[in-house]
Amino acid sequence: MTTPIQLAEQLSATTLLRFATAGSVDDGKSTLVGRLLHDSKSVLTDQLEAVTQASLGRGQEAPDLALLTDGLRAEREQGITIDVAYRYFATPRRRFILADTPGHVQYTRNMVTGASTAELAVVLVDARNGVVEQTRRHAAVAALLRVPHVVLAVNKMDLVDYAEPVFAAIAEEFTAYAASLGVPEITAIPISALAGDNVVEPSAHMDWYGGPTVLEHLETVPVSHDLTECHARFPVQVVIRPQTAEHPDYRGYAGQIAAGVFRVGERVSVLPSGRTTTIEGIDALGESVDVAWAPQSVTIRLADDIDVSRGDLIAPADDAPAVTQDVEATVCHVADQPLTVGQRVLLKHTTRTVKAIVKDIPSRLTLDDLSQHPAPGKLVANDIGRVVVRTAEPLALDAYADSRRTGSFLLIDPADGTTLTAGMAGASFAAEADADADTSAEDAEWDF
Amino acid sequence: MSTVATVPDGTVNPYALSHLDSLESEAVHIFREVAGEFERPVILFSGGKDSILMLHLALKAFAPAPVPFTLLHVDTGHNFPEVLDYRDRTVEKHGLRLHVASVQEYIDAGKLRERPDGTRNPLQTVPLTEAIQRHRFDAVFGGGRRDEEKARAKERVFSLRDEFSQWDPRRQRPELWQLYNGRHAPGEHVRVFPISNWTELDVWQYIEREGIELPEIYFAHEREVFSRSGMWLTAGDWGGPKDHEKVETRQVRYRTVGDMSCTGAVDSDATTLDAVITEIAASRLTERGATRADDKMSEAAMEDRKREGYF
Repeated sequence: MTTPIQLAEQLSATTLLRFATAGSVDDGKSTLVGRLLHDSKSVLTDQLEAVTQASLGRGQEAPDLALLTDGLRAEREQGITIDVAYRYFATPRRRFILADTPGHVQYTRNMVTGASTAELAVVLVDARNGVVEQTRRHAAVAALLRVPHVVLAVNKMDLVDYAEPVFAAIAEEFTAYAASLGVPEITAIPISALAGDNVVEPSAHMDWYGGPTVLEHLETVPVSHDLTECHARFPVQVVIRPQTAEHPDYRGYAGQIAAGVFRVGERVSVLPSGRTTTIEGIDALGESVDVAWAPQSVTIRLADDIDVSRGDLIAPADDAPAVTQDVEATVCHVADQPLTVGQRVLLKHTTRTVKAIVKDIPSRLTLDDLSQHPAPGKLVANDIGRVVVRTAEPLALDAYADSRRTGSFLLIDPADGTTLTAGMAGASFAAEADADADTSAEDAEWDF
Repeated sequence: MSTVATVPDGTVNPYALSHLDSLESEAVHIFREVAGEFERPVILFSGGKDSILMLHLALKAFAPAPVPFTLLHVDTGHNFPEVLDYRDRTVEKHGLRLHVASVQEYIDAGKLRERPDGTRNPLQTVPLTEAIQRHRFDAVFGGGRRDEEKARAKERVFSLRDEFSQWDPRRQRPELWQLYNGRHAPGEHVRVFPISNWTELDVWQYIEREGIELPEIYFAHEREVFSRSGMWLTAGDWGGPKDHEKVETRQVRYRTVGDMSCTGAVDSDATTLDAVITEIAASRLTERGATRADDKMSEAAMEDRKREGYF
């Protein structure tokens, strides 16, 4: 047993994992989340008391753990999750930010929201039903957003007599499917959220399963990637120029490193102008350092006095992205008002917002069977499709497949500021899988 | 930024950030986005630990330049004297500009009426929203955290408010990646919550790591208190205790700092940061559940107040 003092000491050196959950309404997602929070002792007495009181007040006998995450009046009234809720819990090994996303197909945009910052997604399946359309949608969204790790939680194992063949068949089907979409890593875990099997505690009913519990996996999955393989990218947020007696000549470019590593002395280009200079110094929030990496917020000082402002991108001189005014992307439309061909929009990419026009919408994805609908003319709420956008100014844009941070953008309605569309630049998200699989006719189906 | 985290398999990954460094980096990014995109931002500053933390992060975000924001305090008239003293010293020390919106002035002018229960926390909404309109603030930083309360768990980092400062939780903009959309029409503003993803324990651990000074009421001390609705309230001119309520001297500390009429103290012997962290790590009560009367009024008390413009 860990004492509170040990816990506090351990926590100060732990890492943070952001993850999202996805599952249909009756798959037991709320029960899983409730079980994770409850069994990791993250639900405090007064919260449980409030939930118990509220549950009793509406005639339920046991506390409804879903009330822990359904924070809005409308959600409690309807008993459904409408919007993403963020939950926080900790174990001695790691801290967690959980984006609890709604399961309904009409809330696809909310799953996109939750998955956009997640390093891991838990896709829940009912063991009795196996892989269903909604499961495929969730896998597709996780693949689209390039969530690095996917967990398949096969729930309600207690209702199929904890039978290994049931689990094995579902795991095999899902893994083959997700791999074809380009999901890099899948971990399948048989659980019963209601009974508590393999969520936090190992199950006594499934000796045939030798893998980790859900919590063990969350605690041990690696969160930092091999940054040496990433293209280094630094979008400039603000120019820091104190002009004080103490710092008359200080001129630094403040931002958060979007990807990769930067070192003092490195040759860099400033985009879109393309001017080249050297990193003279890196200030990591008050401390001068020789090296900094994503996602640190730092201030970079350059050797030459060249014109750099908010919206510019600093990248290694020998590894800078091409600049372009023609953006091809897969998008998820998140607004109630549609996106149409010919529409004038604003495009926000890293710290740069530019005018743009929607030149073409070549295809829309039918989420039910993942088939393509050619030239739909417009996208409506929750649609996923391909778009071609022309921007008024050049952008230093990466493919989303290479960098979630510098390959993503928003389309915004210039009239009222509404966030219309979430964009992921570059070729189809399944392109990588296609290459691996030596493009067959079937794989070409996934080219959206 | 030098903390190296140990990954679970026991090896040290030189590129892993500790959770505090991740949270710090994210908050600094948010402060800088606002500085880059807005004309007239302001930080809500009460002298409580969350707003002190926010000011500290803002100082780091723009160093060695000064913080490019002014501060706004909504003074309920029932604030702890130690906290007001801390507020004024901090403003002075960093050469900042402080606006004060006073609930007492609104009551004296007949524009607000005292509530029967004496609580002034809900009364802050009108002076706050009027100050935002008067000064034409377009971005208002708040120290709200999603772990505090279930309605706050639904809050975006950038939260658009209409010209009446109202929050409509069903019409929030989806917030994707780290691309914050701050577009707003004249008269509207955006509430910004840079420490949304911090928990109470994160705040205390960071305060300890950075050696940030806090008002003394956060640490255990002897105080004259009386019991009301299961909380220890400080006796004082604000209206407590009533006849049947007995004043006693106890060793207590505060977990949150707000209006004296609804912020309760907890029994504690934690006189140091280490002791406070140990106490919070072991506590089975949330910060608000333990010490805030205003959130106990109904199941949706916070949501309802936020809809009206409360931060």
